[in-house]
Amino acid sequence: MPCARQLSTTRTPRLLLERTQWGFMEDFLRTFFDQTVNGLVIGNIYALTAVGLAIIFGVGNLINFAHGSVYMVGAYVGWVCVTRLGLPLPAAFGVVIVVCGLLGMLIERMGLRSLQNSARIAPLLATIGISFVLDQLIQLTFTRAPQSFPSPLPNTRFPIGGVSIGVIDLLIAATGIGSAAVLYLFLRYTKLGWALRATAQDRDAAQQMGVNVNAVNQTAFAVASILGGIAGMLVGIYFSTVYPTMSFQAGLKGFAANLLGGLGNVPGAVLGGLLLGLIESYGVSLFGATYRNLFAYAILILVLLLRPQGLFSRQRQAPPEPLTGTFVPNSKPIPVPPWAIATAAGAALLLPLFVANPYVLQVLTNAWLFSMIALSITLATGTAGQTSLGHAGFVAIGAYASALLTQRLGLPFTVALPAAAILTALLGTLLVLPAFRLRAHYVAIATLGIGEIVNQMILNWDWLTNGVMGISNLPPPSFFGREAVRIQDVYWYALALLGIAALLQWRLVHSPLGRTWRALRDDDIAAQSYGINLNRYKTLVFASSTLIAGMTGAFTGHMYSYINHESFTNTISILGLTMVILGGMGNLIGAVVGAVALISLPEFFRVLVDYRYLVYGLTLLLLIRFRPQGLLGTV
Amino acid sequence: MAPLLELNALSRNFGGVLAVDHVSFELHAGETVSLIGPNGAGKTTLFNLITGLDQPSSGTILLDGRVLTGLRVDQFVERGIARTFQHGRVFGNMSVLENVLIGAHSRRQAAQRGLPFIELVRELLLALWPSPAVAAEEARLRQQALEILSLFGERLLPRLQQPAYSLSYANRRRLEMARALASQPRILLLDEPTAGMNPTETAEVLAFIRTLQARNLTILLIEHKLSLVMELSDRVIVMDNGQKIAEGKPHDVRNDPNVVEAYLGHPAPHPNGPRFSADTQFQSKGTTTNR
Ligand SMILES: Nc1ncnc2c1ncn2[C@@H]1O[C@H](COP(=O)(O)OP(=O)(O)OP(=O)(O)O)[C@@H](O)[C@H]1O
Ligand SMILES: [Mg+2]
Repeated sequence: MPCARQLSTTRTPRLLLERTQWGFMEDFLRTFFDQTVNGLVIGNIYALTAVGLAIIFGVGNLINFAHGSVYMVGAYVGWVCVTRLGLPLPAAFGVVIVVCGLLGMLIERMGLRSLQNSARIAPLLATIGISFVLDQLIQLTFTRAPQSFPSPLPNTRFPIGGVSIGVIDLLIAATGIGSAAVLYLFLRYTKLGWALRATAQDRDAAQQMGVNVNAVNQTAFAVASILGGIAGMLVGIYFSTVYPTMSFQAGLKGFAANLLGGLGNVPGAVLGGLLLGLIESYGVSLFGATYRNLFAYAILILVLLLRPQGLFSRQRQAPPEPLTGTFVPNSKPIPVPPWAIATAAGAALLLPLFVANPYVLQVLTNAWLFSMIALSITLATGTAGQTSLGHAGFVAIGAYASALLTQRLGLPFTVALPAAAILTALLGTLLVLPAFRLRAHYVAIATLGIGEIVNQMILNWDWLTNGVMGISNLPPPSFFGREAVRIQDVYWYALALLGIAALLQWRLVHSPLGRTWRALRDDDIAAQSYGINLNRYKTLVFASSTLIAGMTGAFTGHMYSYINHESFTNTISILGLTMVILGGMGNLIGAVVGAVALISLPEFFRVLVDYRYLVYGLTLLLLIRFRPQGLLGTV
Repeated sequence: MAPLLELNALSRNFGGVLAVDHVSFELHAGETVSLIGPNGAGKTTLFNLITGLDQPSSGTILLDGRVLTGLRVDQFVERGIARTFQHGRVFGNMSVLENVLIGAHSRRQAAQRGLPFIELVRELLLALWPSPAVAAEEARLRQQALEILSLFGERLLPRLQQPAYSLSYANRRRLEMARALASQPRILLLDEPTAGMNPTETAEVLAFIRTLQARNLTILLIEHKLSLVMELSDRVIVMDNGQKIAEGKPHDVRNDPNVVEAYLGHPAPHPNGPRFSADTQFQSKGTTTNR
């Protein structure tokens, strides 16, 4: 260090300067060391999660969306064992291993094995359903509130140089290294481990050589879930808290780490996890804690775009993706006669004249708004085959755009709503644009990441969005000066918007443009060969779809008069997709029927109200398994 | 006469495997040329290169003296090159009529390129509110689609509104050919149009290709059924191991010692299907095809 020597040879007048510079260096080094330890510890957790995802992707060619939920279940099981049952830590570990292992086998059974003959994206959607169900079960049992998890570990810290390391840090590091070693020995020296590797390399060949692929899958899910569960429990101890929503972030981060190391690459997942932990840790110390999650999603998107094969893979090509990414089974739509549509529309229109119950009207208004979200999703996902798991993000953009246009620029709602819709179409399409290169399942993951990025931007761009505080006092929806004060007016406005959206979409889907979109969905290779410019038609479909999503968001925001970063969470995206599958992919009437059914049925069967999300998850699971074409058939 | 299509030392390398190895040939307007060769010879890969689905490692493709290489896939159709796929790629969830209409996609007004962004808004608006010209165009395209489908007699016409996934295998292949024709190509590339067809169906395809020849369409045909090749081709090009090993009149090629060797050097080229096997290939009255 030439600088240090120079300083130490200078004399008194420089002493003060010397002090502060040294102090600065020391501070910097200490922070750097602390952040590195933090990063490596969290990275270890990510690595444990990512390794599980990698194993499952390797043998099952499946992105397991339920993995984050298993992690959360692990955390809760550990918490129950330690705080409620008073078990010693090693025993708690044992229980977590058993419970999560069994859970993994169950997921394999429901999410993979029973769907062997379905569309290739079916298992992915099924794991989303399972994750929904697990999250709900935990919430119903232990409430949504975070539970404190007092550390069962001694509070000792070991000084190293000027800094110190805690027992939990050491435990996590030891578990990480220990699990890696056990996993290595298992894969290397046991018969099952060998079968697992063989299956990951070439499933068909392994099957022909007599490997029982089902047993291998089951083992893979069990091992992966055990690792995930352990990671969850460690994180619970580390942050002294467990909460139901920890699952979503964990799953996505594990996935980002896995992608960083190369999908399905087990050593890559370890490195990816550590790297993600470090990036986050350094990033947080530079930009602030609220940015923590943004890094994972930014990395997710960047890697998908720039190096889909991962950082540590020598292959030049992305791993073979799970064939087609659409969930459009062959089926003929059930014809709905025009008079039936007209009758239903008429009844919906006249309803407020006969039903005065504001609760009923509010529920149905929600149903109309969700119908629009479902229409928007079914346009991209059903008609054009671009599976979107991030539509809530576009709804949020619409809501914020309209809120800002009315509040900051003082525009009337009549102008702000279409303006917000158009802004959403522009911004939304720009956000998805980089993902146009991706195909099949990768589109689903990219859109999921994009939805989260929107949420993170809302959270972090205080100057624009007012951050966590959100925006309040939005004027109620009003058209041409007629404010919707009574719930009836809100109802009619929402219904009118739905009518407009449905009509426009109907015309689009039945035009030559709709035909082109469906060609792109059915076979994008053949579509290109017949002159269809994929980028152009993906742009058009996302623009149209996000336009409707933005319009919905604008109206919803003003209806509630308050929005913040939690108003439009990922649950909305998944719920919307469930509605679309329920009604039949690409089926416009189906989208409305699906939305009305899922929103109003739990409300009107009062017993179901508390269990509504459980109902949604189960509906999704059952549909995928037993009626993939939905109620009215795919179009 | 200047060639319509010209391949110059076209190569495609798959990580060390030369699937297409410096292949050059020309195609003149109105000609029917057949591309034959054992399985894995590189015929389909060559088709992928000519239709822009795959990019050559080296070499150029010229259409009417203009370079095609480097264009996007979808631009190849606009220039007049259309194909069918060896393993069939109809749009399963779309009706027969819609499948054919997709073939005409690049001819539609609304799909034409224009100013960036404006072209997109224009296409959206034309889809929502078609101008009279666009509506008339759509009606005309439908009429043409019906005419094309009628080339297959009563095979597809009664099934216009049926989804393509419900068609028989042979009908899907016919649908592919109809879809290709709907783009009004200058060159039609057919990849084993009769694969998996019975003798009657094969004979129908032969008659169909004859009709196209009568309309002076330029055709490049991959076919394993030799009698069909002998009957239809003006010229035959033989590929083996990525290389062009012979080219000439059907009769001359059949007696070329290189060709004989190439085929005999590949015992049992394919386990299934009536393929170009050593037993049948040099019998001019092919046993694999009945007419
Ligand atoms: N995408 C690819 N990646 C790697 N190798 C490929 C790829 N496509 C084709 N090949 C290889 O290139 C060679 C030529 O294949 P191609 O499909 O062009 O043969 P073909 O003449 O059409 O055979 P067939 O009569 O069976 O259809 C084969 O060895 C094949 O394995
Ligand atoms: Mg071939």
